[in-house]
Amino acid sequence: MMRLPWFDYRAPRSIAEAAKILAGEGPQAMLIAGGTDLLPNMKRRHQTPKVLVSLKGIPELKKVSNGSGIVFGSGLTLSEILNIEKTPTALRQATAQIATAHLRNMGTLGGNLCLDTRCTYYNQNYEWRKAIDFCLKKDGATCWVATASKRCVAVSSTDTAPALIALNASVVLTGSSGEREIPVDALYRNDGIEYLSRRPDEILTAIKIPQKNFKSTYWKLRRRGSFDFPILGVAVALRFSSGNIIQDARVALGAVASRPFLVEKASEYLKGKALSDDVIAEACAMIASRAKPMDNTDMDLYWRKEVADDFAGYALRELRGDDMRAMRMRIARQELTG
Amino acid sequence: MAAIPERVHLTYLVNGEEVPVSFAPYKTLLEVLREDLNLTGTKHGCELGECGACAVLIDGEPKLSCLTLALECGGRSIQTVEGLAQGTTLHPLQAAFADHGGSQCGYCTPGMLMTAKALLDGNPNVSREQIKQAISGNLCRCTGYQQIVDAIESAAAEMRGARK
Repeated sequence: MMRLPWFDYRAPRSIAEAAKILAGEGPQAMLIAGGTDLLPNMKRRHQTPKVLVSLKGIPELKKVSNGSGIVFGSGLTLSEILNIEKTPTALRQATAQIATAHLRNMGTLGGNLCLDTRCTYYNQNYEWRKAIDFCLKKDGATCWVATASKRCVAVSSTDTAPALIALNASVVLTGSSGEREIPVDALYRNDGIEYLSRRPDEILTAIKIPQKNFKSTYWKLRRRGSFDFPILGVAVALRFSSGNIIQDARVALGAVASRPFLVEKASEYLKGKALSDDVIAEACAMIASRAKPMDNTDMDLYWRKEVADDFAGYALRELRGDDMRAMRMRIARQELTG
Repeated sequence: MAAIPERVHLTYLVNGEEVPVSFAPYKTLLEVLREDLNLTGTKHGCELGECGACAVLIDGEPKLSCLTLALECGGRSIQTVEGLAQGTTLHPLQAAFADHGGSQCGYCTPGMLMTAKALLDGNPNVSREQIKQAISGNLCRCTGYQQIVDAIESAAAEMRGARK
């Protein structure tokens, strides 16, 4: 049986109080919201924080506000995000495919954005990791995925981040000395260990999605249709003019690097074009060329790279108006179209 | 910084009854239910949130007790499999699981029952697909899913009848 290590526990009632505690305790403290990512890691001794600062009792983090766009408090659970009518399609589809109903009742949007990176050599219990002399990400000196690598190549496994990057969203980070707003893609660094640009004393408090009239979609590759982390996520958001010409385009990829990222070249290429079969094929090739998965997650590496082209095609064809419901049902076991 | 207390003292509402509990602060709700309250119906499975064997209802929502800090449950309503039957009368779900062979080794059954209860309490008018989606976080190691879905469908029909 795996027990949690001992920890001290603090339950602030406001963001300001939480930021103050975090600044006072330093890096030995960690934030906990839903706990669905942190507690398994604590049981396996990936993380052993001296102090847990719980965000559960902070009402400000549960707020939803509408204005020129929509602002979600980071403490909303994934189930709550799904129950909000204004949640944009790509975010809704991504959220619906995270984990299981139980875990979506617990895990939060902010938590999914800050999800720890994953790797077959890391997501193991303590004894397993000890038997291979640990790995670069935790307690060891060697990356067992790429032994010459100086950088940890653990994979970003958040579903909501690529969707939010495509939707041109930003996050608000609040520290004891003030707050700053950065685009979602700037929250991430391509490093499996230091994967967030969030400073240790900052709390991800809100997610802002601008009103852009985007049509958006998210396609996720995983082994089981019911429940698995992504091993590829393709998010696309397009704004069309009256003549079906693309005015604005944003394509993002998840789970093929240590961070989710915007595919600039394909996004630029799509602007000013109509979605003909040729344009889709050209864009898909550009998107797939940016997918550089490593051999540290589920399924065959080369197949995962190949299939990026197909998934980008599903996304673009769905946004063109093709009937992709049967394909989505087959891949995602989900009827969600928006 | 305050010293870490040896034990935490809280009150839960377990299966409709107010219960004082006292436990070490690092414990999960699953550990407190089984070890401190002797409610061993809820099962330890993977302990990592992957199997659903430990599912209970917290304020009516199905959640995983293995990933819930016990010290965050003060004053909350917690429903476990022990609270399903009324005296010697089985809950319609329990009766249907027995009638349809929805329980083989029985290990996933408490989690399945509680998850199904939350689904049908919300709306007993559910499709087979909705049932499958609701229990997609509950792993049956015997792979007896067909009978489980049959049982939930049958209990749903009975609960619809009872509501009329």
